[in-house]
This record gives sequence, C-alpha cells and structure tokens, in this order.
Amino acid sequence: MKPLHGITVVDFSQFLSGPSASLRLADLGARVIKVEHPEHGDIGRNLYMSSVRINEESSFFYAINRNKESFAANLKDENDLAKVLKLIDQVDVVMHNFRPGVAKRLGISYETIKQRKPSIIYGRISGYGIEGPWAGKPGQDLLVQSISGLTWLSGNEGNGPVPMGLAIADIFTGAHLAQGILAALVRRGINGEGALIEVNMMESIIDLQFEAITTYLQDGGKPVKRTAHNNAHAYLGAPYGIYQTSNGYLALAMGQIPVLGELLDCPDLLKYREKGSWFTQRDEIKAILAKHLTRQATESWLEILEPADIWCADVLDWDRLLAHEGFKVLNMIQSVTMSNDLSYQTTRCPITLNDEQLISRRGAPILGEHNAALDEEFGL
Amino acid sequence: MKLLEGITVLEFSQFMAGPSAGLKMADLGARVIKIERPGSGEGGRQIVIKNLFVGNDSLVFHTINRNKESYAANLKNEEDLDRVKKLIAQADVMTHNFRPGVMEKIGLDYASAQKNNPRIVYGEVSGYGSQGPWASKPGQDLLVQSVSGLTYLTGNKNDLPTPMGMAVVDMLTGTHLAQGILAALVQRGKTGEGAKVSVSLLESALDFQFEVLTAYLNSEQPPPQRAETGNAHAYLGAPYGVYPTQDGHLAIAMIPLPKLTDFMQTELPEAYKETDAWFEKRDEIMGWLANHFRQKTTRVWLHSLESAGVWCAEVLNYAELMNHAGYRVLQMEQVVETADGTKIQTTRCPIRVDGKRVFSRKSAPKVGEDNLRIEAELDLSDLPR
Repeated sequence: MKPLHGITVVDFSQFLSGPSASLRLADLGARVIKVEHPEHGDIGRNLYMSSVRINEESSFFYAINRNKESFAANLKDENDLAKVLKLIDQVDVVMHNFRPGVAKRLGISYETIKQRKPSIIYGRISGYGIEGPWAGKPGQDLLVQSISGLTWLSGNEGNGPVPMGLAIADIFTGAHLAQGILAALVRRGINGEGALIEVNMMESIIDLQFEAITTYLQDGGKPVKRTAHNNAHAYLGAPYGIYQTSNGYLALAMGQIPVLGELLDCPDLLKYREKGSWFTQRDEIKAILAKHLTRQATESWLEILEPADIWCADVLDWDRLLAHEGFKVLNMIQSVTMSNDLSYQTTRCPITLNDEQLISRRGAPILGEHNAALDEEFGL
Repeated sequence: MKLLEGITVLEFSQFMAGPSAGLKMADLGARVIKIERPGSGEGGRQIVIKNLFVGNDSLVFHTINRNKESYAANLKNEEDLDRVKKLIAQADVMTHNFRPGVMEKIGLDYASAQKNNPRIVYGEVSGYGSQGPWASKPGQDLLVQSVSGLTYLTGNKNDLPTPMGMAVVDMLTGTHLAQGILAALVQRGKTGEGAKVSVSLLESALDFQFEVLTAYLNSEQPPPQRAETGNAHAYLGAPYGVYPTQDGHLAIAMIPLPKLTDFMQTELPEAYKETDAWFEKRDEIMGWLANHFRQKTTRVWLHSLESAGVWCAEVLNYAELMNHAGYRVLQMEQVVETADGTKIQTTRCPIRVDGKRVFSRKSAPKVGEDNLRIEAELDLSDLPR
C-alpha cells in the first residue's frame, strides 16, 4: 500500500507549479481530482505548448498530470460550484494557484472552505505573495527567474543573464507546497487540525538560492561574478566546471590544482601551490585546463583521473544517457495508458519506498473524463 | 502546534542534499539532531565558498544547518555507538548519505535500525542508486548534472554544455527525501509502522527533467537544441527567452507572436505568422525580435508590454532585487545567531503555515554542542563513558 492511500486531493491548479505538487502526492498514493474549466481545461493542455504533442495537446501536460482524474466544472456556474463544494466536503486537501483574490471571487477561499470543513488542508501558490507591488504579476517561471537574480549564476561572465533551461521556479515551488501539505497531514494525524499552506514562486526561488544569497549578504553585497569561461558555480574556484576534450566534454568537480597538473601532465598548473589562488586566479587556471584538456579524448582523461579519486564525469546527452547501463538499471522510465488506450512513456516518481519503486500505469485524464463517476461516487 | 512538533530527526547526512531535507523539517517544527564525528564534525563544515567562515565552520554550513542540534559520536567506538542506538530507539526519523555498504558495516542499516525501533522512518540518499555501474561513484552535484543530460538545456546552441550554476540537484534531492519521509510519517500515523525512503541524485535529476524527457521519449526527434541566442527553454518556441534592451535585459514568456508584435507596434513578417514557424524558425525569429528590443530601454518596453498583459519582466541582479519593494515586502531574510553570539543574515523557510511566516533564530550548532543536554534528556547517560 502506498503511504498516502486514502487521502483525496481536489486540485484547481493549472500549468506546472501546483500540478507538479499534486503529481507527487498522486505518486505517493493520494487520489488527485483535477477540477478543470469545461471548455479549455487546464491551460497547460494548450498554452504551455512544447514542440511535441501527445493526444493533440502539449506533451508537458501529459507528463505533469498522469495518474489524476479530471472533473470539468465552471466555477462561475452556481450548480457546478455547489457540486465542487460538496466534493470538497468529502476530501482531505484542496489546492490552487489562482492569482490573489480569484479564489475568493469564485467562492472557494480558505475562509469559506475552512468554515465548511475545519480539518481541510488548503494549499495555495502565488507568484509573489499576496501583498506588495508584484502581487498582481503573472507567476510565470522565466519571469520569476529573471527578477530573482538567478540568471546571473549560470553561464559565463560576459554572457549576460542566462536563465536555467527548465521551469525551475515552478518545480521547486511545487515541491515546497507538497512538503507543507505533507507536514500538515502529519499534524492532522496527531491532533485532527487542518492547515493553510502558502508558498509563492519568488520565495521558493530565493530559498533555492539560499547559499548564494547568504554569501552575498555576508560578503557585503559584492556583485556575483561568474568565471570567464567553463563556469559551473559563481562562488567556487577552479577546476569546478565543464571542459571540452578532443571528442566531447569532461566535468571536473573538485581536485587540488597541482595534483591535477601532475596527473594530467600539465606543468603550467604546478605553480598554483597556494589553495587561495584556486579561487582568486580561477580564470587563468581554467583557461590553462581548458586548453590542455582538448588534447585527449574524454575516456583517456577519465582513465587517469577516476583511479586517482578525482571527482570527474563524462558529460552525456539524453541519447547517450538512455543507452547507458547506469541509467537502465534505475528503471526510471514507465509507460502509462490513458482511458482511450493511448500509451506514452514518461518518468516515474524518484522516491523509492521500502525498496519498491512507485509506479502507476494510469496516464493523464481526458478533460472531464471522470465527471459521471465522481457525480455518483460523491453524491454530487 | 507546529506542523512537525514532537518529531525528532537524527541526521547522519553530510554536505547538502540530506541536510537540506533536515533543514526543511526543522523549519516545519521537527527537532533535528546532527550526529557528527567528534572534533571535525560533518564534512560540510569545511566546504567553503569565497573563503567565508563563521568561527571554525564555513558560512555555507551555517546556511544549511541552522536550527539544528549537534550530538558528537564516534560510530567506530562501541560505547558511542550504543548511545546512538539508544537515540535511534527514541527518534522518529533518521537520514544518511553514506555510500552503499557503509551503514551496514557500522550496524546502523535499515534492518538493524528497524529492529531497534520499528516505528523509525529511515531516509537514505545516494548518488546513483544502489545497483549498476555507477553505484559507487561519488554523488556530487556537478557530476550528476553532467551525466543526466541537464547541461544541454541551459545556455545557447553553440555554448559548451552549461550546468546550472548552483547545487540544484542536491537541493531537489533534498526536497524528494523530505517528501518521502513526510509521506511515510503520514502512513505511520495510521499503521504505526516505519519505512525506508531512498532517493538518489540521479533519479532526482531525471525527475527534474520529467516534462522535457517525456517530450523526448514520445517523439522521433533527436535531443533538444538550445536556441541560438537568449535561450530559456529548449522545447519552447519564440519568443520565449531573454533579450538585451538599450540599457538592460527583458524576459518574454509565452505569448502568440502576432499579439506580441502588435503591442510592440511593429509588423510581423509573413514568414513568421504560422504557429509552426515559432518553433521551427525560432533562432531567426528571436534574432529578429532582439533587433527590435535593443532599440528602446527596458522601462519603455515594460510600460507598453506589461500594461497590455504580455508576460514579461526586467532582469534584476541581487542588488536590484533586494532594493525592490516587491522583495522587501516578502520579509524573506532573517538573522540567525550562533551560541557565542555571532549573527548571520540568511533567508527563511519559503513555506508559510496558517498565515504565518516561519522564522527561527538559531544558527548551526558547534560539533557536540548539545551532547550533555541530549544525554540527560533522552536518558543515554547510564552507559559508562
């Protein structure tokens, strides 16, 4: 039995931040019912459009919403709203990522729901919190990245801002919401109380940068400076980075520079005896390394460095990764099937419980697929 | 009552992934006790960035380990180990990130811990799982980013593979560990039984890419290409990306191109009008857009685009961010204090509970700072010293 067996979640959220939280709850055994607008559904079905489609909709939607049910309801319609409230009366968790004020207008605010059901755990996500000049801004991943300072950490000095190429703010905000909801379920198991859990994308992406921001604050606000080339972390010295070789790339995490000089037969590195210089002179050290490492193939460097316990790795793209035994043994890909028999491949939950992988065979729902069944089951 | 009040976590984990999970549980009200080797303590105390120390410990260590206690014990010493076992008997959760086999050798593997305390929730973090050719490799953030394909998503088309410039895989693995542990605690509330929760950096790095991997797995297309300039997402078409303006940078998220160019008061070339072109001719279109954005200041663009409802934002650095009223109103910073009174400014937990922000005043402990108190409180002291 999965750990959240018996927990039911009503999820009004759209796009990625909220739905990624409910996906994790579903992975862990909760039953997740997406409430979607009857015409267009979760806007992630069509607006957040990847270049690949599944079932004529965005493939992203199908990754994010596997193993969920769909209940189509127009919250502006009185009958539909009454049904949704009746459904909420019978569940454990409610969550949404409407902009501030919208849930209240729709009649599903925390205050309303709590009054009906005091033990409810109510999660809400916003872009920037519910007060201040940003409160009304769209909580969109790239925009949050751009405002948060995050774009000055990746890429090289002189590159300008470099966003992280994934919806990282959405994903961490969702992860934080899931943590808060789970912790609230722990407390409810002890004292029966419900809870309000709030997260916002800006706070989550600030939390993600807690190391860099604490350093920045402690350091008297000196500007963050990436390395001139091969940057992998603005606050770490050489050799930390990815380097070109004669046939690919090599990642180097840690290693004493003179030791690397010996191992790689690169005499120019031997003069950096002073540990402090690995940070203060990292640009020139990295330049020497970058030039030197192009002389041989990745495999031959690994053959030298790995036995010497230098932390290094080949740099793989997905084609090579998926063909590798180290990947295959994880059994990370699962095939899921929709009610219309369409199957697609996606990843599984990364958490293993009691040595069992959390697998679920059910694909994403068709919009409104479960209305009739839910009407009957919950007496709506 | 705080959400995790009454829950005690023993943290054998070191560095970032495991301790970041401990930090979130501490923020949510759990009591987190680091079990550290006497003297030097956990390895993370010496992981230093920019040579910044607070006392004998790195600033980074203080960031990750605020609001925790420390119990020093030499796990190779029998008496110390006995005391630790007594601690485990009274704890709710324990976490570690030793390489596969180490806890078995010490006798603190899940089977032993479970015998000692059937209610224990046992969390373990590895680099690459416990099987296969990578199982014994060092689980380090940059290396896992490199192996996982992640480095082909950030930066531009002709750049080297570009890692995300922070320990993002460690952080994500920590959130997964916390999620698994909390779910197991929910279940324990019903069944009374503990559980083992396993996560690895590589699986978390793959989960991180779940959307784009799903796109890749279900098409005949080769792995994704980053855009030539201003790339922000390999699978999203124009205009999604970052553009230089006359005096700074502007980020533009998803919006149909004809709408965008309307608001920019410019004519969209015929060749770019079809939706399919927005992805297929992405580089060309983004280059064309960049030429336009360069001609005016960020403020001018924001004025015309934001008011029209276009999803856009200016790109800020830390100084600009922290001076902004939108940041200050969040009260995202807090001051923590070490036992000897040193104050450190850091961030707070991003999860608000019952309408309240979560603050905690306590910085990271010194190695063994809480031994005496814990021994008295948890009745470990009857063992000979």
